[in-house]
Amino acid sequence: MNKRAIYLLLPGLLFLAAFMLVPITLTIASTFVQDGRLTLEGYLHFFRDGYFNRILLTTLRVSVVTTLVCMLLGYPAAYYISRTSARKKSLLLALSIFPLLTSPVVRSFSWMIILGKKGLINSFLVNTGLVAKPLDILYTPAAMMIGLVHLFLPLIIITLLGVMENLDHELVRAARSLGASPFAAFRKITFPLTVPGLIIGGILVFVGSLTAYTTPALLGGKERVVSTFLYQNAMTLNDWQAASVIAVIMIVITFVVVGLMNAWANRLNPKG
Amino acid sequence: MKEGNRMLSLYTLLVFIFLLGPLIIISITSFEPGTVLKFPPEGFSLKWYQNIFEVSAFMETFKTSIIISLLGNLLALLVGVPAAYALSRYRFRGRDTLNAIFLSPVLIPGIVLGFTLLRYLIVVYGLPIVAGLLIGHTVIMLPFIIRVIASSLENFDFAVEEAAQSLGASRLYTFFKVVLPNIRSGILAAILIAFLESFNNVDISVFMTGPGISTLPIQMLTYVQNYFDPTIAAISVILMVLTAALMFIIERLMGFAYFTKR
Repeated sequence: MNKRAIYLLLPGLLFLAAFMLVPITLTIASTFVQDGRLTLEGYLHFFRDGYFNRILLTTLRVSVVTTLVCMLLGYPAAYYISRTSARKKSLLLALSIFPLLTSPVVRSFSWMIILGKKGLINSFLVNTGLVAKPLDILYTPAAMMIGLVHLFLPLIIITLLGVMENLDHELVRAARSLGASPFAAFRKITFPLTVPGLIIGGILVFVGSLTAYTTPALLGGKERVVSTFLYQNAMTLNDWQAASVIAVIMIVITFVVVGLMNAWANRLNPKG
Repeated sequence: MKEGNRMLSLYTLLVFIFLLGPLIIISITSFEPGTVLKFPPEGFSLKWYQNIFEVSAFMETFKTSIIISLLGNLLALLVGVPAAYALSRYRFRGRDTLNAIFLSPVLIPGIVLGFTLLRYLIVVYGLPIVAGLLIGHTVIMLPFIIRVIASSLENFDFAVEEAAQSLGASRLYTFFKVVLPNIRSGILAAILIAFLESFNNVDISVFMTGPGISTLPIQMLTYVQNYFDPTIAAISVILMVLTAALMFIIERLMGFAYFTKR
């Protein structure tokens, strides 16, 4: 390797080593040691505990549903944006990027106004007499899902848009000229070619939902997910051993999901 | 096809109403004159905007957030620009791996990173909490700085640099006089994107606050958990205006192509 390149890369590498790699490695190592001996006790304690399993299950369920809903809402929207006129396209792209750059605190808070006991939805339902007393929407897993879909929808739209922009439209035209209906051309050409993008977007949403803190903290109330549980253990209960175990579980799940889905997306990618 | 198109455009419209509606609602409720957030508001008042400036915690944390984001940005540039340059300029074995290492902070869940930094930086290394806050923010800004700057270096023709050097200019001189001016807009865009990333950060900051030090998002989070008046709606509006302004500048500097690239 070029000596000059090493000198230029070194400060950054040392910085990441000291302030990311070492703390994370030490945290992982700490979970296997208790009273000076090697043990899996920290993990066994967690998985034997029904409370933690329930939290893990809620987190996974919320993340899966969020990902699917984002795909369902995002794909057609991205497809529309990619096919529309240049002016509309840049406007819609800007309108997707804006929420992405807006604070998650602001975005989750906006859902508190809408979903609360005296919120927009409940006052509408009560005023029109559709329900007798306000529904409990806020502080439930459903509220978290709505907030997370709102948080990550722009991300999947933008990712898919990138893939669709790179799509070779000559292929679609060729299919059409050979007699395929617009729908058949979409089903046989456009969709298969954009599936890898859908998976990559899905990874971003899934991992994002799995590890998001702000939205579940604001919209989940007493309902816990792994990230808020980690925070609670670290800061409220001061149980750093437990917090470290949760941290490691989160890292492992993230890496497994990213690895598996990346491999899947690569296999589907016709360009290899 | 026409029929299908109309359905699709209606669907997209609904998606965007879902995406932007809540932000519009929050903006409208910020003008509520009463003490409880309502939609629609029962009148028009700017008193909650005034309240932001009267609650000293908001102003203080706003200042902290800006200072941390700017200092963190500076640190991230200091270690990130040479790295981005090396990664784009030189071809060597292990380049992809190094690239992945520099982008890896985005792969580690923020809340995990925040916790490990608290546990080791503050408790084991014994750093003051402000230093931990600054370092944590630098770590999360680094990938954005490197990615945006590397992508503007992709468009830079290094032959120009070699020409300058063959005419006798030193390496450092050519970097500052030839390379840097050419990627200026990319660097500015990188700074702004990293700034927003840090300014909005909760995951790291939530562990790095202590007596006398907190950031604006954390202050907002705490406030929302205790009060439900329109103050946060008013701050939200101010933050959205700030975001829109920065976004406008980013678009001018390098367009939105960066965002659609993964």
